[in-house]
Amino acid sequence: MNSQSSIIYIMVFSILINNVVLSQFLGICPFLGVSNKVETAAGMGGAVIFVITIASAIAAVIYQFILEPFGLSYLNTIVFILVIAALVQLVEMFLKKSIPSLYKALGVYLPLITTNCAVLGVVLLNVQNGFNILQSIVNGFATACGFAISLIIMAGLREKMEYNDIAKPVKGMPFTMFTASLMAIAFCGFAVLK
Amino acid sequence: MKPNTPIERLFNGIVKENPTLVIILGMCPTLAVTTSAMNGIGMGLSTTAVLALANLFISLLRKIIPDEVRIPAFIVVIASFVTMVDMLMDAYTPDLYKQLGIYIPLIVVNCIIFGRAEAYASKNGPIESLFDGIGMGLGFTCSITVIGFIREFIGAGSVFGHQIGNLPDYMPSIFVMAPGAFMVLATLIVIRANIINHIEAKKGCRLPVEHTDEPGAQCSGCAFIGSCAGKFAKYEAEFKEGKKS
Repeated sequence: MNSQSSIIYIMVFSILINNVVLSQFLGICPFLGVSNKVETAAGMGGAVIFVITIASAIAAVIYQFILEPFGLSYLNTIVFILVIAALVQLVEMFLKKSIPSLYKALGVYLPLITTNCAVLGVVLLNVQNGFNILQSIVNGFATACGFAISLIIMAGLREKMEYNDIAKPVKGMPFTMFTASLMAIAFCGFAVLK
Repeated sequence: MKPNTPIERLFNGIVKENPTLVIILGMCPTLAVTTSAMNGIGMGLSTTAVLALANLFISLLRKIIPDEVRIPAFIVVIASFVTMVDMLMDAYTPDLYKQLGIYIPLIVVNCIIFGRAEAYASKNGPIESLFDGIGMGLGFTCSITVIGFIREFIGAGSVFGHQIGNLPDYMPSIFVMAPGAFMVLATLIVIRANIINHIEAKKGCRLPVEHTDEPGAQCSGCAFIGSCAGKFAKYEAEFKEGKKS
């Protein structure tokens, strides 16, 4: 398999076939938490795409040039979570200073991303799958796109559901989960693309 | 029951503030590893170990850690314990380790652990914090084992890995796949919430947790849920108005 087709394969695989929320269950908390409005969901999705792409690039560089050559790969978890936490802080400060319009759009979601398990999950999966730096960045970007897509679909559905008459016991969180379950069935269909 | 005694803490974690079913925290492992009951027990006990030890150490260090850098400090403490558990499981339970895979290192970002460190261990003494960690951990273990048991039985027709006759041929395997996870969890939350509502209505008192009508809808994306309880919505509104820059 040449490199281009494998990069396209990674994209399709991470966005549709192995969707980060609906089949790997990473980032469930924001998926259930901030999917009330399409606007909010788009903001969160944008922030996650931004952070995951940068985080996977930096983590791949650190792993390839520092952790692996010195035999420190058992420190993976600690190093990556600290890198992500520091990165989120830096990105927040940088955006505030230099791109205020983007900061206004994403700012409120940035602090929430540190503990979004999708970020750490993608970084660890990159290492586990033995991706090189380019593949890591592509995989990070694609996974985050998959996250944003499912979050926005969910928000669109929930906006419509506001006006539905739902039985009181299942109203709220359980109903959202039933919806997620139906979405997951739909995404199972992409498995044939494998 | 007197508050903050070890037994009260255990009861609180397992029944009153069950992290999975009541506060709706730690959703990722709850949904991801519950394809069988054994996986649920393994994941639950490893999380309990991390939770108890992290709570104990954070509580011991709570007067030394300055308030401004407490979040990175907590993360380092938690990540160290997770790495230890990760290596121990790799060495002693390789099969389970392979099954749980990436979800073991991801215990670091489990909102339950961070939430308890922030909401309880950083404010209380070491003994209560240790028992709070054990209670919360066992509550988590119980609920994910139950979910794993239900999914394994309905989806694969087996109990704790033992197949029952030719039952597996008749079972809908969708329950061990992704959609089944959401379905079983949603059903359990409905059952749990209705039992509680029924009991509370009889007693005529309020729910023990703040997140009553829509548990954590606003803030389940946040690890600070334990200490915040819905302040995010307010923060968001202030941010939009431009008060908080």
